[in-house]
Amino acid sequence: MAVWEALIELADDHLVLGHRVSEWCGHAPMLEEDLAMPNMALDMIGTSRTLYCRAGELEGKGRDEDAIAYLRNEREYRNCLLVERPNEDFAHTMLRQLYFAAFMKPFWDAALVSSDEVVRGVAGKAGKEMAYHIRHAGEWVIRLGDGTEESARRMREAVDALSIYVDELFDSSDAAQDAEAAGVLPKRSEMRAAFDKVIEDVFAEALLELPEVPFGQRGGRSGQHGEGLGHMLAEMQSLHRAHPGATW
Amino acid sequence: MVQTTPLWEVFIRPRNGLSHKHVGSIHAADEVLALQAARDVYTRRGEGNSIWVVRSADIHASDPDQAAENFEPTADKIYRHPTFYEIPEEVGHM
Repeated sequence: MAVWEALIELADDHLVLGHRVSEWCGHAPMLEEDLAMPNMALDMIGTSRTLYCRAGELEGKGRDEDAIAYLRNEREYRNCLLVERPNEDFAHTMLRQLYFAAFMKPFWDAALVSSDEVVRGVAGKAGKEMAYHIRHAGEWVIRLGDGTEESARRMREAVDALSIYVDELFDSSDAAQDAEAAGVLPKRSEMRAAFDKVIEDVFAEALLELPEVPFGQRGGRSGQHGEGLGHMLAEMQSLHRAHPGATW
Repeated sequence: MVQTTPLWEVFIRPRNGLSHKHVGSIHAADEVLALQAARDVYTRRGEGNSIWVVRSADIHASDPDQAAENFEPTADKIYRHPTFYEIPEEVGHM
């Protein structure tokens, strides 16, 4: 496996979650969040673009970011399952964001010493973005968890629904292991302590119980996705597939 | 929504050395979310490096009906303006 494939996994995580979060645009419950969500989505989509470009360069077959993002089907997408989960309600959306950012923040901090110049550049920018995503999503999880009866119930349902996808974040695929050996990406398993600390602190304030997950769901890194990803990609890719090479 | 998410006034300082300026208002449940909302709504184009939020209800405003008695008496006191003085060049910006 090659290093560029590991960059595609990472980029897919950011593009898929970025697209999911962007689906709130125009539908958020208040104007403030209607702007906050696209802000966060654009952070992640921006990261994915840089990583796709770098992956295309390293692959050396002339694929650009559009070719990689728009011309692969769902089995070729390598994102982890957490990021493709549907938005459902604010509880699901914010918990999904908290889980992702709590993993990515220490990951990018560790990637500041990557052997790849582009990864180092992304790490500096994305680390700050993820720190804000932790705060934004974390404060919402706290307020929903420790809010009304209904918001607390929805928050507990989100924890039940999403926690089975957390363990996959810490797995390294064959490609990721090669990237780790080459010093391009940090070891995913080493993010556990930092992740647990963030989640424990937020859950304690949110009056949420830490979930016990006997069996984590996996499969995203080998292209085995939930049904929702195909629908999402169909919508995301339709314009480019109908009008190849379309630009603004 | 008005009961659970009160209105806040947002003040942004564009650069060190300048003062915070009122830029608009947002709804938020408390001061932490108000600061986040202000960041997300009003600093999307690099507008500043510091944010203040104040509950709109905590602001006391002058009565528009008293505008005449408040502000018009200064109109004929032009000697209060600094336009009668030559400002030495060394002073630079006043």
